[in-house]
Amino acid sequence: MTPLKISIVATVVSVVLLLVVFELIRSRRLRERYALLWLATGVVLVVLSAWRGGLNTIAGWFGVRGYPPAVLFAVGLLFVIIVLLHYSTVISRLADQNTILAQRLALLEAKFHEKE
Amino acid sequence: MSTDVLSAPSAGSAPLATVKRIAIVPAFNEERNVGRVLDELRAIDPGLDVVVVSDGSTDRTAEVASARGAYVIRLPFNLGIGGAVQTGFRYAWEEGYELAVRLDGDGQHDPGELRLLVAPVVAGDADLAVGSRFVEGRGYRSSPARRVGIRILARVVSLIARQRLTDTTSGFQACNRRAISVYAADLPHDYPEVEGMVMAIRHRIRLVEVPVTMREREHGRSSIGTLASIYYMIKILLALFVDLFRRDVAPLEE
Repeated sequence: MTPLKISIVATVVSVVLLLVVFELIRSRRLRERYALLWLATGVVLVVLSAWRGGLNTIAGWFGVRGYPPAVLFAVGLLFVIIVLLHYSTVISRLADQNTILAQRLALLEAKFHEKE
Repeated sequence: MSTDVLSAPSAGSAPLATVKRIAIVPAFNEERNVGRVLDELRAIDPGLDVVVVSDGSTDRTAEVASARGAYVIRLPFNLGIGGAVQTGFRYAWEEGYELAVRLDGDGQHDPGELRLLVAPVVAGDADLAVGSRFVEGRGYRSSPARRVGIRILARVVSLIARQRLTDTTSGFQACNRRAISVYAADLPHDYPEVEGMVMAIRHRIRLVEVPVTMREREHGRSSIGTLASIYYMIKILLALFVDLFRRDVAPLEE
């Protein structure tokens, strides 16, 4: 069985994560588009932290007998990996667009100076 | 809404209004549809300026539009419909237009209905007029999933707006200078119609719906699939929810 202390701490931490994400969206520092994955992470972690029976059942499915909270860490890690992968694709797209913008700007500037 | 304006016989190519006016046409790879839209606009009102925002199109959309005398803005890459439309509103704002009409480059919005759409704005009864497919309960062919989504959004937005709205996903809109300034300053990026309407209402923009019939697009397919619709739905509901906790609205430029 998951120790009660771990359940409480994990729940509190997940709830704080959700609140922080919410506040970031509210203050327009995080676009909804990029917040969805974080919200999903937060919700899943809250559920698994607070619902101790569920965590034990899932631990059972994966053959984790000694220490059910290990599943919590695994799930958290999985989500972090997904978020990072998502960011890698976002950064790649931004880098491409940045190149295009720089080229367009340079071409415009060249034309502009030609006319002077 | 004054009914005498609406029932006035449309006199051929008489102008929609006497003010400086512009049509904003966002288009992403619509080389086969955009030409007809521009021809129809010209036929309806020769005094209506047109700006086509080519949203990173890789086909001949920009050339087709340019050949028909439209002012063409070519975005260097695809910004999404919100970014494209906002570019048009920024242009309309900077060039001092008093009336802006937004319609899609795929031809689903009938320029023949422009006169009806702009009437309440021209009459000064509203700042923003939105063409709605559902005001009169006319049949609309769309996938069931999308129809349910549209209905849920209409309910939610009506609640926030404290005003009965039936079609919050309509991109067929007419704006006066005040509404132009709101859209030029801030327009959500992914799926701007729903959030844009809520934002406009929060800026105390007076909004009316005008019944219109939308046409099937003639060529090509809509850019939004079912999975994407579900994603947008969740995203929009989240955005609307978070917005309830915001005190400030985006600053106006005027």
